[in-house]
Amino acid sequence: MLNVKNLSVMVGKKKIIKNFSYNFAKGKIYVIMGPNGSGKSSFANAIMGHPSYTLSPQSRIALGKERIDKLQPEKRSEKGIFLSFQSPLSLAGVSVRELLYLALTKKKEPLAVRQEITQYAKELHISEELLGRSLNEGASGGEKKKLETLQAAVLDKKVMIFDEIDTGVDVDALRAIATFLKKRKKDKTFILITHYNRVLRYLMPDKVLILMEGVLKKVGDKKLAKKIEKEGYEKAVN
Amino acid sequence: MASNVAPVLDFEYKFGFSMPEKNVFKSKKGISEEIVSMISDMKQEPAWMKEFRLKSYRIFREKKMPEWGADLSKIDFENIFYFIRSTETQASSWEDLPSEIKDTYDKIGVPEAEKNFLAGVSAQYESEVVYESVNKELEKQGVIFCDMDTGLREHPEIVKKYFGTLIPPHDNKFAALNSAVWSGGSFVYVPKGVKVTLPLQAYFRINAERFGQFERTLIIAEEGSYVHYIEGCTAPIYTTQSLHSAVVEIFVKKGARVRYTTVQNWSKNIYNLVTKRAKAEEDAVMEWVDCNLGSGVTMKYPSVYLTGRGARGEVLSIAFAGKDQHQDAGAKMLHLAPNTSSRIVSKSISKDGGRTSYRGLIVVHPGAKNSSVYVSCDALILDEKSRSDTYPYMKIKESDTEIQHEATVEKLGEEKLFYLTSRGISKADAEGLLVNGFIEPITKEIPLEYSVELNRLINLEMIGSVG
Repeated sequence: MLNVKNLSVMVGKKKIIKNFSYNFAKGKIYVIMGPNGSGKSSFANAIMGHPSYTLSPQSRIALGKERIDKLQPEKRSEKGIFLSFQSPLSLAGVSVRELLYLALTKKKEPLAVRQEITQYAKELHISEELLGRSLNEGASGGEKKKLETLQAAVLDKKVMIFDEIDTGVDVDALRAIATFLKKRKKDKTFILITHYNRVLRYLMPDKVLILMEGVLKKVGDKKLAKKIEKEGYEKAVN
Repeated sequence: MASNVAPVLDFEYKFGFSMPEKNVFKSKKGISEEIVSMISDMKQEPAWMKEFRLKSYRIFREKKMPEWGADLSKIDFENIFYFIRSTETQASSWEDLPSEIKDTYDKIGVPEAEKNFLAGVSAQYESEVVYESVNKELEKQGVIFCDMDTGLREHPEIVKKYFGTLIPPHDNKFAALNSAVWSGGSFVYVPKGVKVTLPLQAYFRINAERFGQFERTLIIAEEGSYVHYIEGCTAPIYTTQSLHSAVVEIFVKKGARVRYTTVQNWSKNIYNLVTKRAKAEEDAVMEWVDCNLGSGVTMKYPSVYLTGRGARGEVLSIAFAGKDQHQDAGAKMLHLAPNTSSRIVSKSISKDGGRTSYRGLIVVHPGAKNSSVYVSCDALILDEKSRSDTYPYMKIKESDTEIQHEATVEKLGEEKLFYLTSRGISKADAEGLLVNGFIEPITKEIPLEYSVELNRLINLEMIGSVG
């Protein structure tokens, strides 16, 4: 589904991702783990097309057979990528409803969008009030991540990357998010970026990828995540 | 209209539009005592008004150009038509209007708006009001809502009592000019205790090149009354300078409340130099909601003279300056009595080299005890070429005053744009969404159809920058 080949990412003159290659398949859940500053978020941003990140000429990102690495973020979204942000910014005067109406103009009936938002919000235990006010303004960590999850569900892309969906979220919120996502994993590619095993209790990964200093060091199954928790990254990859 | 014409507002706003001129009478270019006399004679005005005009004309000649604000040096007073009468008599119903005028109104959506919402429309085509319909309910309540010329003709005693008393001709050069050559505008009188539930609306258009529009509005809200007056302006684009210089005087009597909302989008070649002032008596409330999008240069500082104990004044303003535009806007509050309060919220946006300035003056006179002042001005600068300045002046001569002043300058962050584009929203739409979010605290204060229109105009401005 998401085919990444020889991906090298620079920010300014600094190389953050080094020659990353991996093929993320349909219907599977992936976890990318790694120490702080190992390039996990940069990987997510580069896939989505953040303008501050430049790719080396050899880098190749494709959805199926279609290359997307030259496209603007909005085009990548159109092709089927979604990114849930690690710390989503607050948007003064813009509600999640408005955002989604605009994102789906001419693609979905506004009424249908509205109904979906209401239904998913209920499932995620997001209060009605939060849907109409400025996105993320004064929202708790858990509320922010729930709103990201809500957008993921309404936009419904083939590949969904969740950058630290578990950070700053209490147990109940995390369970609600994970249960919600689990119901939607069929035919999707989920990539979870995380520090902890916590989320993996609810969402069983098919593969665990270890990223260190921008390099894809090791790929394993869920046991690898357990090992990291016990032994730390250095030992686990060697 | 032909079926292939795009829906109202879709592209006309962006490019401007104009209909062929079909004027009954047009004065020659330039200003002189003869022209001023002629305007008064043609309107068959009372002698006092003619004298007022001539006196104002002499003041206009003596007054210097204001040099403390925007650049006005390119205004050529001799190259402007000061009076155009587009139809001899005012049409009383839609069907009676000439077809060109109907077309123009169709494009700005007057009839639709009227059907849906209006209590009364007084639409100004060139220098005179040609179409007007006043809801019968208003008449029953004793509310007067007509164009200023009719007001002077039919209610001379009220007009004479108030006209030019709050903004005398010597207030500034442009107030003097307006006083000399004014034409059209609205006259509103709300009797004691009457609450006008639907807003009164007027649409303004300039449709002749080099033609200055000098409308004059006078609103009197008697004790305990309420009225909301709305002016929405659009204008076609022309290549030579044009001048819009209006004067608006509002008298808010004891316990009354007036809200005056402006959504204006003059074309970029227009100098928009407007003097707006209100006097709020005891426990009265005056609210200006002022949204300035168009024009080349705007200088406008709605003010409230808080003369009565407990009076409240408010100015909420939005200024949007794109390429070659300078929006010099702000507010003025004079606290002249105890327990008075004022609140100014200003939001400005500049892009493509545009320039916005907030210019505010707060004066608290000695003895205006227990007064409170709140000023908040936020500027959003969309690119490196654009500019925003703040000139907040405060003269506080009473120590028993509570003052709050907040100012912020923001840039439209790349991270926010990335967030929105990652959701499949184009960059231009994302910018529009963020800008509309920025001004939302003010747009939520104006009627829905206007805020929708304003959001659309801003989106058009944002998209325009990409192409």
